[in-house]
Amino acid sequence: MPNTHSPSLTMGPVYYLWDGPKWRDFHFRVADEAAFDRVVIGETVCSKRQHFIEPHLAEVVERLEAAGKTVILSTMALVTLERESRQIRDLIEGSDHLIEANDLSALGLLNGKPHAVGPLVNVYNAPTARLLHSRGAGRICLPPELPFASVRRIAADGPDVAFEVFAFGRIPLAISARCAHARSKGKIKDNCLFVCGEEPDGLPVRTLDGQSFLVLNGVQTVSHTCQTLLGELADLTACGITSFRLSPQDCDMVAIAALYRSVLDGALAPDEAIERLRHIYPAAPLSNGFHHAKVGAAWVTRARDTANSAAL
Amino acid sequence: MELICPAGTPAAFREAVDAGADAVYCGFRDETNARNFPGLNFSREELREAVGYARSRGTQTFVALNTFMRAGDEEIWYRAAADAVALGVDALILADFGLMAHVAEIYPAQRLHVSVQASASNVDAINFLVEAFNAKRVVLPRTLTIADIARIAPKIRCEIEVFVFGGLCVMAEGRCSLSSYATGLSPNMNGVCSPASHVHYRKEADALVSELGDYTINRFSSGEAAGYPTLCKGRFDVGDTRGYAFEDPVSLDVMGELDALTAAGVCALKIEGRQRGKAYVSEVVKTLKEALSANPQRRAALLSRLKGLSEGQKTTSGAYNKRWR
Amino acid sequence: MKLAATLAVPISILPLGVLEQTSRMLFNRLLKQHPGLFERLGEHRTKSFAFIPNELPIVFIVRPSDNSILTRRKGQISHPVDASVEGPLFMLLALLEGRSDADALFFSRDLNVTGDMEAVLAMRNALDDFAIDLPRDLAPLAGPFAPLFLRFGERFRRHALAKEGQEWN
Repeated sequence: MPNTHSPSLTMGPVYYLWDGPKWRDFHFRVADEAAFDRVVIGETVCSKRQHFIEPHLAEVVERLEAAGKTVILSTMALVTLERESRQIRDLIEGSDHLIEANDLSALGLLNGKPHAVGPLVNVYNAPTARLLHSRGAGRICLPPELPFASVRRIAADGPDVAFEVFAFGRIPLAISARCAHARSKGKIKDNCLFVCGEEPDGLPVRTLDGQSFLVLNGVQTVSHTCQTLLGELADLTACGITSFRLSPQDCDMVAIAALYRSVLDGALAPDEAIERLRHIYPAAPLSNGFHHAKVGAAWVTRARDTANSAAL
Repeated sequence: MELICPAGTPAAFREAVDAGADAVYCGFRDETNARNFPGLNFSREELREAVGYARSRGTQTFVALNTFMRAGDEEIWYRAAADAVALGVDALILADFGLMAHVAEIYPAQRLHVSVQASASNVDAINFLVEAFNAKRVVLPRTLTIADIARIAPKIRCEIEVFVFGGLCVMAEGRCSLSSYATGLSPNMNGVCSPASHVHYRKEADALVSELGDYTINRFSSGEAAGYPTLCKGRFDVGDTRGYAFEDPVSLDVMGELDALTAAGVCALKIEGRQRGKAYVSEVVKTLKEALSANPQRRAALLSRLKGLSEGQKTTSGAYNKRWR
Repeated sequence: MKLAATLAVPISILPLGVLEQTSRMLFNRLLKQHPGLFERLGEHRTKSFAFIPNELPIVFIVRPSDNSILTRRKGQISHPVDASVEGPLFMLLALLEGRSDADALFFSRDLNVTGDMEAVLAMRNALDDFAIDLPRDLAPLAGPFAPLFLRFGERFRRHALAKEGQEWN
């Protein structure tokens, strides 16, 4: 289904542990200055971290909404404890905001209510999207692992929901019951002293030969590279993707949002945007391999003359 | 207590049946299952023979269709489900909601088991799958402690199966893209993790270096037990620490907790290892079957025999023990 | 590996032609007994596999696509192979029979695998699906001495596997 409106921008939840004031001020600035249409907030990775942002949630929601942004509340990616289940039940019962499901329990509890589905839920095909839609999903952010061929097919065959694609940020690759981040500092999860907060952009994992490879974020493992879909926005928009998700890194997200907005609006060439992005977020090399059905860490540059041929 | 045993080939299937498996699980020779390895798995004809062999000996056959359907190619998975149902398999083990919905609608009488790849890790998640797809059994993720399982069991309306022996995923199953990040091929989409097509072993002086794609996964000094370069079991540098960042090259063994698992409400014990040979399958199944009916002392002696078969020749009780986290 | 050592000396002084002829005869016999042996290899059928016994000065090169086996002295391989498996002779034979678990052997580093890992894995899985029993399968070659060969072969294998700690039954 072709778009008549210009695609919108969604800011994903902050996956990392930032201290309360930093998290609050970041969102205040996003509210006041950034070109996002909607913002997803709430701890998504580790339930132990919840209390860091809780005191600031209300004021952040208020500021974002006052700035005209839609607020979506995120649920936890991995729910195993009774306390975590209770939190999700309370959130779903008590909230009048749209909720984004990131695990099966949230999907189950949200049945019949309008909701969003986050990129950590396995939506690999249109029948799955249709099933979720029949239960109330109105927005689905597709998993970052999906190649373009699948995205296009889901958008074509799928239900009438707003499909979103993960277009910026280190890629959430895995989540574990075990905390590798705490473990690397000689702690276990139950007694972690929140050491993951020492690395607001994650803790690098290098191979024995010194290659940058992965990044630890508490119980989550993300890519070392930063997924960057800028040259691909036109194709994605053409096949029916209506919004793009930018996942916060510890960098100037206002500037990142402005870049994507400019490319979507045709005001900036993708190649130029890519060069600028490298300066705004120099911590990570860029990748778009998943989109091109290649190694996820790969960076595929488009040949200028043949828009559809991709080469490494 | 049922013993659910793996088979990657018809020969391993017969060994598992002969060794006393209550059920054997297997998959077709394509991307519809999460052990889509070269030379492994069953043709339709091989599965027909296997089901017959199992049935004549009172053993059940489960078929795993536990990858996620590739958009546009759903027919491959639908056909696999249709063929498995027609061959009279006792259960389908599924992970994809789209496929679950299809099976529940078209074959309402077919027993549907929730694969570990679906990552149903709590009461609400499991009840969702029971209500939506009439799931009869859930294979719980290896992220739960025995106490977690005991808490979940009375609140769900389906049977519980857990992994007790074999390979151990460190990450929540079905939610890991580490493999495709490094190789382009993933468990969810291609049925492979850290695929052999991307594995290289390199000799470096006295050491053996294992690589996956462009990445060094481990370096073994001479004499050190080596492992397959599964990404999450590699040795890496994190800060100033060098070591197994996610998990040591160990495999899971919670048979020592048999009584606690029974008390927690588990009805079936699953052995991982469709990629292992028939000799392994036979030995493990025979030993665990014997252990199920043995007294605790005898059980410990039986189980110690299996140590040499394990990856890295070490075992762990994984997340079943809270300290692992 | 006393047995292997005592075997290795006479093999190393045998002319290559004799070795080649013998191994080809044994190989053909196996294929006759197990005609579908290489079916599971799929796309890996066309590859070449080297089996390298540690204690012997020779290498066996198998090409499933043309059902051929070559015997070469170590260091005299003219064409590169796609994959190779190196280890004690009796482990290679046990692997052939599916008596030992290749993963377990590899984890303990008794086997050394190089080259195309996917092809080796396919070969391992293909072999594993067949109930190869060397003494039984090869005994008919000994003609009237078949029963003797079978008994000797089984005793030999039992002894070798027990020495390696691989005897489970």
